[in-house]
Amino acid sequence: MNNTMNIDTLTQIADKYKSQMTKITRRVTICGGTGCIANGSQNVYDELVKQLALTNIDAVVDLKFEDNKDHTYVMHSGCQGFCQMGPLVTIEPDNIQYVKVKPADVSEIVLKTLAGNSIVERLLYHDPVTGQKFNGTKDIPFYARQNRTVLKNIGHIDPADIKAYIGQKGYFSAYNAWTNMTDEDICNDMITSGLRGRGGGGFPTGRKWNLTRIEKNEKKYIICNADEGDPGAFMDRSILEGNPHSVVEGMMIAARAIGANEGYIYVRTEYPLACKRIKQAINDAKNIGILGDDVFGTSNGFKITVMEGAGAFVCGEETALIASIEGKRGMPRPKPPFPAQAGLFGKPTCINNVETLSAVPLIFQNGPTWFKAIGTEKSAGTKTFAVTGNVANTGLIEVPFGTTLREIVENIGGGVLTEDGKVDMDAFKAAQIGGPSGGCLTKEHLDMPLDYETLTAMGAMVGSGGLVVMNDQTCIVQIARFFMRFTQNESCGKCTICREGTKQMLALLDDIIEGNATLQTIDLLEELAHSVKIGSLCGLGKTAPNPVLATLKYFRTEYDEHVINKRCPTKRCKALTSAEILADKCKGCRVCIKVCPEGAITGELKKPHTINKALCIKCGACAQACKFNAITGVA
Amino acid sequence: MSETTTTSLSMRKFQKVCDILENYEYNNSKLVPILQEIQEEYRYLPEDIMTFVASSLDVPPAKVFGVATFYAHFALQPKGKYVIKVCDGTACHVRHSSALLDAIQEKLGLSDRKTTTDDLLFTLETVSCLGACGLAPVVVINDDVYGGQTPDSVVIAIENILTKEAHNE
Repeated sequence: MNNTMNIDTLTQIADKYKSQMTKITRRVTICGGTGCIANGSQNVYDELVKQLALTNIDAVVDLKFEDNKDHTYVMHSGCQGFCQMGPLVTIEPDNIQYVKVKPADVSEIVLKTLAGNSIVERLLYHDPVTGQKFNGTKDIPFYARQNRTVLKNIGHIDPADIKAYIGQKGYFSAYNAWTNMTDEDICNDMITSGLRGRGGGGFPTGRKWNLTRIEKNEKKYIICNADEGDPGAFMDRSILEGNPHSVVEGMMIAARAIGANEGYIYVRTEYPLACKRIKQAINDAKNIGILGDDVFGTSNGFKITVMEGAGAFVCGEETALIASIEGKRGMPRPKPPFPAQAGLFGKPTCINNVETLSAVPLIFQNGPTWFKAIGTEKSAGTKTFAVTGNVANTGLIEVPFGTTLREIVENIGGGVLTEDGKVDMDAFKAAQIGGPSGGCLTKEHLDMPLDYETLTAMGAMVGSGGLVVMNDQTCIVQIARFFMRFTQNESCGKCTICREGTKQMLALLDDIIEGNATLQTIDLLEELAHSVKIGSLCGLGKTAPNPVLATLKYFRTEYDEHVINKRCPTKRCKALTSAEILADKCKGCRVCIKVCPEGAITGELKKPHTINKALCIKCGACAQACKFNAITGVA
Repeated sequence: MSETTTTSLSMRKFQKVCDILENYEYNNSKLVPILQEIQEEYRYLPEDIMTFVASSLDVPPAKVFGVATFYAHFALQPKGKYVIKVCDGTACHVRHSSALLDAIQEKLGLSDRKTTTDDLLFTLETVSCLGACGLAPVVVINDDVYGGQTPDSVVIAIENILTKEAHNE
């Protein structure tokens, strides 16, 4: 069977796609990312297809048409990033983006926009502060201030259609790399581009490839690390869902550079849609003759296997991930030997992150100097950030390295959200960056440019790019405890200091939160943090104390307040707060008196009540029952 | 139950495992995907099946148990028909996911130690991140994602399932 892709067929597919696109007069894209699907985007899609069939608009849902007529193309895309506002419906070339669309809105969209060429104003994005309306992605600040390169095609092409990817110059770089370039040239181009690993460490990708390339061995492996375990980061999921072929192509180029003929993609099992899409992409690439025993007629083969992780954060660590693929407990081992020398099944292995591999085809399409020119001198290119937490526009963004935190939080993120849902930049307290391995940035860092070096200097790290914004009602000790509990749970148990040390650190943080701590507790916590950092083998243990150290560095007074005055400034620590009735808000309705199980509340009708703190058990029943928010200090 | 039915039941039980092992060509480096498929079949990893897998792959049972206990995804106890996953990722946490957990535990009479209801209808788990941070706080019940939840809304979702189950009976 001669099923090998050659340049003529590849060009033919691309040309056909382009000529078909000239027949698409209008494209309606419904976001099919996990976020929008959860908000019902599939129902919006179904309703739209149903309603369009009742009109005289010539709508198609795929590119299988052979005629020469004009069409309206209704398609699913991957995650468009603006998850807060989903489900999103984007209409091009009209530059319209409708937000929070419900199936009930579809008839109006069809009637007014698709048939009548006017805009349904109520479905446009409105700025939460000024109320200003924005038509589409070209004007909405969330999009307009980004520089989407890796994410560019996500939201523009149908991730399930390999021809759409080829139509965007896809797989041409892989073809060029396999047929016209030497392995050394590829590595040199990567080094010139300045691309650094996007998974956390920031090691130069070209150098990593070169280390594996120079090893002499018949069998080598390339692994795509998609075990995105950092809570609060979802860029890898979005790339796998929205542009899986870019990862396949990146792996093909990497495989050619290092001389691998087999690849693995290690995906979290918590991402069912990403698993499905990447498996389909690999199958499609195989069926069309791109992957196989004879790649592009070079008589060298390349195949990719998808392996679903089984829920262990430590498997993000290279050597643990390798152990997991080999069918063992996912525990890291000492380096050297590095995976480049002895990795999967003892063979030379290169491991790259999803975002890194997804950037590779772009570098070869546009040239390494193009990539080098974006970002800062030492940190080239763009970085995706998952902006979440107390921020007006949560979602996935991409900006060049060197962008300031203020630009991300205030302008793209739309500002900080207060507890009562208002937007107020003054409520900014901290941003946690880099997940459980990272640190936190405070008000004083708002105007610093973000790149690998500046973040490391501040005791934080780029990590995978999770950026959680916290408002002034967030207790910083609770946040440190949250991350500590996470790493404690995920510690694989191999190194004693990580296994036991994190447990003791967690206990010390609990003491602080429960009001049982003294100043010595903080000293001990700090000492233990340094020991865990020094005494652990892998990245998990080495970085586990970072959140504690960073919060201690910037919010020492808040720790002291918990310990010395036994008071939690944000009233989040239940043991350190006491219930209080605000006299100006209390209407004296007696509802709280009725629900209090201890009879701790007294007062006359229509006069402010009071709580007897000696009787109060802080159950919070009164605060829940109060319709006037007059009771504070209990959850 | 008579002896013959027990035998045929357990034979059927092992037939499926054999098929799965066959699919992976009895390759012991595929232990994780093998256990994943077995769990999909039985909703947990029964002890006798793990022992059977160990002898089929020619590895010590301790290795199979070691792998099964290492990964959070594997369950050694039967899970409920509905698995409720409360996301406690950073984004969900700062948007008060713990209040959701409390509400569900109270509604179903569960605790941190007791995670499955006696009627095997519900299992409650917390997960570190579902990657749907834009919808925080998130709860997933089997494959349905519920975004932007409050303690009240999540209890209503559970009540809806209970009503549906009562109708089916």
